[in-house]
Amino acid sequence: MAARHKSVETKFMEERDRVLRALRNLDRRSFIKVVAATAGAVIAKGLMPPHSFQLVTIANAAPDKASAASGMNGQPPFTFAYISDTHLYERTLNQRFIRAALKAVEDVNALDPQPDFVLFGGDLAQLGTPQQLELGREILKEVKAPVKMMVGEHDWFLDLGEKWQELFGPPNYSFDWKGVHVVVLMSVHEKDFWTARRMTPEERMATVAGLDNGVQSRFEVGEPQREWLKNDLAKVSSSTPILVFSHSPLYKYYYNWNFWTDDADQVQAILRRFDKVTVIHGHTHQMLFNQIGNISFYGMLSTAWPWPYAPQGLPALTIQMNRADPFDQFDACGDGRMEVRADGLVDKIYNLWDRNPVTVKADYLRSRGKIDRPPAPQFASY
Amino acid sequence: MSFKPNQTVGAATAAAAILSAIVILPAALRAQQAPPAHPVPPPKNGGTVVMLCDGKTSIEIKSLKPGEQPTESQGREVANELMAEWRKEHPDEHWQMAQADAGAKPHADPMSQASKSPPATGQQQGDTYASFTSRDYKVWQAETQKFVDEGKRIFHDWKALGGTIGVSCDMCHPDGANTHPETYPKYQVQLQRVALLRDMIDWCIENPVKGKTLDPNDPKLRALEAYIYAQRKGVPLDYGKH
Repeated sequence: MAARHKSVETKFMEERDRVLRALRNLDRRSFIKVVAATAGAVIAKGLMPPHSFQLVTIANAAPDKASAASGMNGQPPFTFAYISDTHLYERTLNQRFIRAALKAVEDVNALDPQPDFVLFGGDLAQLGTPQQLELGREILKEVKAPVKMMVGEHDWFLDLGEKWQELFGPPNYSFDWKGVHVVVLMSVHEKDFWTARRMTPEERMATVAGLDNGVQSRFEVGEPQREWLKNDLAKVSSSTPILVFSHSPLYKYYYNWNFWTDDADQVQAILRRFDKVTVIHGHTHQMLFNQIGNISFYGMLSTAWPWPYAPQGLPALTIQMNRADPFDQFDACGDGRMEVRADGLVDKIYNLWDRNPVTVKADYLRSRGKIDRPPAPQFASY
Repeated sequence: MSFKPNQTVGAATAAAAILSAIVILPAALRAQQAPPAHPVPPPKNGGTVVMLCDGKTSIEIKSLKPGEQPTESQGREVANELMAEWRKEHPDEHWQMAQADAGAKPHADPMSQASKSPPATGQQQGDTYASFTSRDYKVWQAETQKFVDEGKRIFHDWKALGGTIGVSCDMCHPDGANTHPETYPKYQVQLQRVALLRDMIDWCIENPVKGKTLDPNDPKLRALEAYIYAQRKGVPLDYGKH
């Protein structure tokens, strides 16, 4: 295979190996020379990202027009950040996803001002093993702000949540934060498809981990948890802003890939009496937003890889992110930040690595796309 | 090498064949009728008589003396006249003219009648495919599906792909989504050349999957290609699209 055509990546990796080999044999003086030369080359080639995680909107400088008009300045605005869908393998198998998760941790730690808390959006592990979950916990320990954990199907279906709950506690809970009622759901229950098929726990996990594996059931919050949700919200007044975190989108986007929550209609019905509801979800690994009645939905980015947009069911309000560049591990991945306004509505900033951040404002969704439209992509899906 | 013994065997076989031919030939001649002959009628005007392969239709080229070679145009004229004669005698036979290419100069067509006659019904062209049964089609479909399914298996299995970091194709491409095989060949900036689908499969195997590239004839690469194309059935080809 001497005459084999080499991609830019292959050439780069070979060059890198050569340099690293050479470095081992250097004395101090030559080492400094190499470092200087490398830095120069990196800058000359434009390999340094032109920006890191930057705030593009000055959120807290002054109350914006919408919140001033609503007359609800009683609550202080606040921000929170998220890291989601890291899909970690054991460190001996895969460094790629670890590198990406660490990049996100660096991002949120660099935020100034620091967010009130960091939501972890689920799918910490790829196949739910204790080693993967523990590695995830270790990485998230580096986050300076308090971390709120949410579970995803990749964390759950090896041992049906045993290890995850041992590490992080109950998968559904609620708390109040600066006048906002926050609910964290476990939305990735599935009806038993494994017993009849005599699957091992590993086979069950692998089935759920396959997005296009039609053998599995659809996600659901489930009857017991819906009852819990009703009770939890019973004491909350309908003017209180509600923030719901769920791993799967709490609506029906695309059945075949489980971009879907089977009992979404019932859950939405429970949330209907509130004036302002925002659902933040993981799982879909893409810029995704929707408005159904009083509920605004925002999908989170993954650090590990982007999913393509589904062939059907994409919400009309969603502005697609540019197609991912397969030659860049970090492209179309990232993390993000939410600005909870004084009136309790949420603006979301998609921090797409190596791209300009995109802000999706609550007003864009609640006006059904009439104002504050985010920029369109140059290259949408094929 | 066993050259000599072979030669001996060959010679012996030939001798046996000749012997049997001598014995059998007279019997065969006796059993069969005389082979069909096309007796050509004598020329009436001192020219050359040419007969059609039906053994009946014939015309005489007056200008061509016996033993002379006809020119190309003479030959064409003879062929056309013969066919015209034959068609006069068989007005019910259906003929279709092959279409001349667009650039060619149309010439006088003695069979122009053909396009005006109604098409015959209930006639087969004798196409190769006409002899296959629905069972054959089912076998082909099953074979194709098997190939595609094998591709699907590899697509979803990082170990079968030869990966080393647990990454399989379906993790970024559920149901083969966003592989857009219909857009190849196209210039791929990062590869610095025009890429085919297989080049991109190999690139993915080498980079995100961290495996070894597959030879274009590797059954795995062929199966992967089959699966990916099968997922885009009905999408128009659009090579070069970015």
